Amino acid sequence: MAEFIIKRVLQALLVLLVMTVLVFFGVNVIGNPVYIFASSECDQACLTKIIADLGLDRPVWEQYLVFLGNLLQGDLGNSFTHGIPALSLIFERLPATLELAFAALVLALVIGLPLGMRAGLKPEAFSSRCIMAFSMIGFSLPVFWIGLIMILVFSVQLGWMPSIGRGDTVEVFGTEFSFLTLNGLHHLAMPAFTLSLIMMAMVIRLTRAGMREVLFADYIKFARANGIRERRILSAHVMKNILIPIVTVLGMEFGGVIAFAVVVESIFSWPGVGKMLIDAIGVLDRPLIVAYLIFVVFMFVILNLLVDILYSILDPRVRLGDSPT
Amino acid sequence: MSLTSSVPIVAGSPRDLAKRFMSVPSAVIALAVFLGFCLLGFGAPLIAPQNPYDLRQVDILDSLLPPGSQSFTGMTYWLGTDGQGRDMLSAMLYGIRISLIVGLLSGFLALIFGTMVGLVAAYRRGWVDTLLMRIVDLQLSFPTILVALILLVILGRGVDKIIFALVVVQWAYFARTVRGVALVEGAREYVDAARGLRLGGLRILLGHILPNCLPTMLVVATMQMAMAISLEATLSFLGLGLPPTRPSLGLLIANGFDYLQSGRYWISVLPGLVLLAIIISANVLGDRLRDVLNPRL
Repeated sequence: MAEFIIKRVLQALLVLLVMTVLVFFGVNVIGNPVYIFASSECDQACLTKIIADLGLDRPVWEQYLVFLGNLLQGDLGNSFTHGIPALSLIFERLPATLELAFAALVLALVIGLPLGMRAGLKPEAFSSRCIMAFSMIGFSLPVFWIGLIMILVFSVQLGWMPSIGRGDTVEVFGTEFSFLTLNGLHHLAMPAFTLSLIMMAMVIRLTRAGMREVLFADYIKFARANGIRERRILSAHVMKNILIPIVTVLGMEFGGVIAFAVVVESIFSWPGVGKMLIDAIGVLDRPLIVAYLIFVVFMFVILNLLVDILYSILDPRVRLGDSPT
Repeated sequence: MSLTSSVPIVAGSPRDLAKRFMSVPSAVIALAVFLGFCLLGFGAPLIAPQNPYDLRQVDILDSLLPPGSQSFTGMTYWLGTDGQGRDMLSAMLYGIRISLIVGLLSGFLALIFGTMVGLVAAYRRGWVDTLLMRIVDLQLSFPTILVALILLVILGRGVDKIIFALVVVQWAYFARTVRGVALVEGAREYVDAARGLRLGGLRILLGHILPNCLPTMLVVATMQMAMAISLEATLSFLGLGLPPTRPSLGLLIANGFDYLQSGRYWISVLPGLVLLAIIISANVLGDRLRDVLNPRL
């Protein structure tokens, strides 16, 4: 076990290192770093100074080591537009994104599980077909288009929902949350639902597939033979068994949700890190862009690592390298 | 080895397959819709009432007209105009063209590259296989949109750049699928027979194994194309994909988004509906192809 974890951690570190190389060279070789770190109204003298400051006269590998050194100290430079360290700006915006992502996760489970169970119990029924069609739509339609139509219908035409912003927030442990106020919930509903659709479609499919499998298992037959009520069979015996793959997949998909949050946040003007990235790209606030990329890669590698380790605890075959292919 | 295991995946002549494909109405409709949009898109310069990129033909005074309005010069804007006074119908036709080109080309390039990697991995086995599949696993562990987003943030906008990004996010699917099929096919009797005839490795790989991977590749390619078009639209909507000079459907939707709040729905909704039709028809096509060709996916 310890050996597996150490191996995976080393692997994750290697991936991180490779990604910093990619981002560094992407920014320094493909883009011009002078313009990345200089504001737009910089004259020739100031440009020369920046070139010297950045150490661009030194060889590339030396520049990379400096970049890496700064990175290890958590120094990713200051944002042009906000004038504060890029990393602290990210942490300032992160709670809004996480709140949105978790709300989407909860919605996906609360709506997706019952729908998936229904579709699994009576696969031939009309309602089940509608549910499966809905899940296919959730999978294949672009997220931004769904968000757009929601705004058009619920905000512009019906006027029921606010289309932008986060609404009132309440401070808990020094962080602002909007799901604790009625106005905040009102603002959260549409973006969270839009973001949850892909996950919801996935939950519906997994639940349905799980139901089809588990319902015919011997222990369900025995539970029925024991005279246990159908409701209890579903809620205790079936649920427990279909939840395992669902939780695993959702854990692995969470990184994707953070990525899709970029789309949802920019549609609904939700003040999270994704919106911040798009704004930063719009005004060419490159230190902020680099910081976001590094941060997201870092978060994702850590998330993958955790899922892998958890998985190896749940399923020993993984760590013994006994893969079927 | 039993007889059944040497039967190739696809049973039946191309005509039988076509007949089976056509036996489901939804597949026929999807095919018609998709081919229809291909025709419209690639024929855009011929059939569009106006060249939306030619500033001489676009009149800013005609901006934001609802569908069916008449222009100053007497031309009818059947689908309205956008914020710059472009005829929406023409802009959409050109948009379909760009979206399809990006989707098809990126899918094709990813198919070629991924297939090569998959075949090499399946043929060489050993450490080459392990290394290549490790890279594929790593690539697939990152969400597609995240990889594409990072690449485009670094590279900037442009048709070539978005095609590159889409190839990067797609090749791994092809590599993994082709490797899987090629491994199965490589163990079949006809390959043994070819080896018995002392045919060269490359010839067996390209002449015998590859053709048997084609049905599977076709299914994956159709599905991937739908995904690529959708992803391109999403990235362009975010302002990361195509440059404003080459408005794809996603960019048209983004342009219209600014006017959505004021009730000028047509600028966003109409290209959106076309995008949906393309994506859904491609998905239905892929589903049907999978049923007909029955590759083990």
